[in-house]
Amino acid sequence: MELIQQLVNGISLGSIYALIALGYTMVYGIVKLINFAHGDVFMVGSFVGFYSITVLHLPFIVSLILSMAVCAVFGVLIERIAYKPLRNATRIAALITAIGVSLLIEYGFIYVRGAQPEAYPGDVLPEHAIHIFGAKINSQSLLILGVSVALMIILQFIVHKTKIGKAMRAVSFDAEAARLMGINVDRTISATFAIGSALAGAAGVAFGVYYIKIEPLMGVIPGLKAFVAAVLGGIGIIPGAMVGGLLLGVIESLVSAFGYSLWRDGAAFIVLILILIFLPSGLFGKYKREKV
Amino acid sequence: MAIFKQAKFFWASIVVSLVLFAVVQFLITGGMLNLFYVNTLVFIAINIILAVSLHLIIGITGQFSIGHAGFLAVGAYASGIITMKLELPFVTALIIGGLVAALAGFIIGFPSLRLKGDYLAIATLGFGEIVRILFLNLDYVGGASGMQVNHLTTWPWVFGCMLVAILVIVNFTNSTHGRACISIREDETAADAMGINTTYYKVTAFVIGAFFAGVAGGLYAHNFYIIQPSNFGFLKSFDILIFVVLGGLGSLSGSVISAILLTVISTFLQDYPETRMIIYSLVLIVVMLYRPQGLMGTKEITSVFSRGQKLKGGKKDGKGQTVA
Repeated sequence: MELIQQLVNGISLGSIYALIALGYTMVYGIVKLINFAHGDVFMVGSFVGFYSITVLHLPFIVSLILSMAVCAVFGVLIERIAYKPLRNATRIAALITAIGVSLLIEYGFIYVRGAQPEAYPGDVLPEHAIHIFGAKINSQSLLILGVSVALMIILQFIVHKTKIGKAMRAVSFDAEAARLMGINVDRTISATFAIGSALAGAAGVAFGVYYIKIEPLMGVIPGLKAFVAAVLGGIGIIPGAMVGGLLLGVIESLVSAFGYSLWRDGAAFIVLILILIFLPSGLFGKYKREKV
Repeated sequence: MAIFKQAKFFWASIVVSLVLFAVVQFLITGGMLNLFYVNTLVFIAINIILAVSLHLIIGITGQFSIGHAGFLAVGAYASGIITMKLELPFVTALIIGGLVAALAGFIIGFPSLRLKGDYLAIATLGFGEIVRILFLNLDYVGGASGMQVNHLTTWPWVFGCMLVAILVIVNFTNSTHGRACISIREDETAADAMGINTTYYKVTAFVIGAFFAGVAGGLYAHNFYIIQPSNFGFLKSFDILIFVVLGGLGSLSGSVISAILLTVISTFLQDYPETRMIIYSLVLIVVMLYRPQGLMGTKEITSVFSRGQKLKGGKKDGKGQTVA
């Protein structure tokens, strides 16, 4: 029964990874940039949620929406200031800038606020334990899963049924052709950053509620793992990020369940290297040969 | 005639560096440099070795590796085991540290160098993290609390290793093999089509780079009294990366200059780690936005003295792919 409980924990953790991975995958799909700063947007979202719950005394759902809104603005600012001038630069230059932005946010945040961790209050969400098949399931993990699934459904709706979603798909398919068709590419890219960052903000609040402790460097490891999740599902593919995130969460929980909890962080990177070697385009991707 | 000139230039630079070495050595033995400055000099030399070893991988061959601290860690731990557990002399430790790191470079490079660009970067990042976690879980080398290592690194050792690293990499770059690597950086598909065995050259560059990173790891380990897995995290890889990028991708002298500059700056900012990281990251962003080719571009400092024919690899910036 321990195993079922670990699986449920894994799915909750995985849904947080999936939310972050969606931002990575959408940004990569549209500008071919690994947005290293995404993990730090997640961190900022977590802190915004923390302050709106403890200082402003807002209820959970309002804090979640506020955090998503702040992160969306933040994501667009990062894109406009740091990435937009590099649209036509080399991939390496863009990647290095992304690493630079990530470090600037982390250490700028520590400089302004200090490095001390904070703890989310325990009474944000009502807590019941539900017993199914002898496994004790925390109601919080179910709620986190519910929030993630709801956000993913909204995202699918935006991407497939709205005008901006259509523009996003067009730009990621071929930015030049989209521009010729009268799509405002810059605005579409900003919208992508806004949506991805809002999802990271939601993940940040969910992470705080679930794991209690938050700190300025908390975004690094979940950020990297979410990227692994995005690669696992096939980078640039939205359903791939969801499945990859859940799968990675479950793998990590199983690794801890079998008693190798110190290897937990290593498991994600081993999965990454195996995936890159054997299935470089991910579970859902199609392999494209380079043509000259 | 040209060959004669080149050889003259080569011997001249050897003499200049030996004079530099002798002067510093004289100052150290004469007690005119205090421990702080000696330590800074040792650090500069170690960072130069790291910078030129990564320069060979990123700047010359164009393979974007951001897990260099992994090789540093492998070399550091391997050489630490040699001196502390097996009690063999320091020179064996350095060589074996380098060889083990080279082996790690081969093991990781052979499969992952099939990947390109961003994917390779992420794979090497993952490799660096796996190495750190591996040492964290190995009780033989002390786990998270680290391993005790004697202080054996001295100025002659680091200078000698630095000189060998620079010589090997300069000569490699100017050889047939180096030209092949440059052609891979410029256009891998074209190089392949011209009959260059791209996998072979990529792995070779990776293994040589890893070897010198391992030697640097040996020097690094024996400069401290203790090594811990946390010394070899992503930030360390990033420190090495910034030397190469700031100096100019493809310029060896650029990497050396920026290694010297940044080591001096970070030594003075040691007491303010946050400020240091903020300055580092701002410098990195500003350089990428306004001078993406780095301080020196692909030029070498030597080309200032010898105008005319030189073997630049044309304009760098690998694939020339655009973002968006």
